[in-house]
Amino acid sequence: MHIKTLFFGILKDITNSNSLELEIDKDNNIEQFVIVLQEKFKGFPNIDTFTVAVNEEYVEKDFVLKDNDIVAIIPPVSGG
Amino acid sequence: MKENISIILTSKKLDLTTCNDFVQDNSCGGIALFVGTVRNHTKGKEVKRLDFSAYEPMAIKEMYKIAEQTIEKFDISKIAIHHAVGNLHIGDVPVIIAVSSAHRGAAFEACHFAIDTLKETVPIWKKEHFEDGEVWVNSHP
Repeated sequence: MHIKTLFFGILKDITNSNSLELEIDKDNNIEQFVIVLQEKFKGFPNIDTFTVAVNEEYVEKDFVLKDNDIVAIIPPVSGG
Repeated sequence: MKENISIILTSKKLDLTTCNDFVQDNSCGGIALFVGTVRNHTKGKEVKRLDFSAYEPMAIKEMYKIAEQTIEKFDISKIAIHHAVGNLHIGDVPVIIAVSSAHRGAAFEACHFAIDTLKETVPIWKKEHFEDGEVWVNSHP
């Protein structure tokens, strides 16, 4: 299935990109998907150091992805 | 958008009067305003400027959720949450929250709740620029 991933804040620096389009196995959850990202990018952080949003809503690590989802890796926010 | 909520995320300068006028309501006895400003130091180091970036569509959604929660939780009339993105210099205003209510207690509490929640949930990030480098704020929890 096709997944688009968006990187923000420090993750943009670590991955040296704003976004990434990937084909991954069906029924991956967030935890499995993050392992794919960690294999792809050297220095990609531990899953406990960021949160994840799918299609602009925060999700838990067991959330199961579906085709064409947009995943955002959200490092600790610092607005305000 | 509901008529008692104003949400703005912009690269333009925020305007305090716009926020104040939006929440002004004849049924209200007061307006509480929180104005965030860019500080010239962090941990003893001189800050030159801040660069704010956002996951814009989600940030707007989350700001809207905070406004709805704040209205549900406190006895207030109207709320405005405006946030800036882009390069801000010392003294510039990255965020304004305005709340009106019949009585001042609710306005103060609601304003406090809204800014605290914004800092926890809204996908906005700031990078601090120093004389000798730059750092993403809070990037290592």
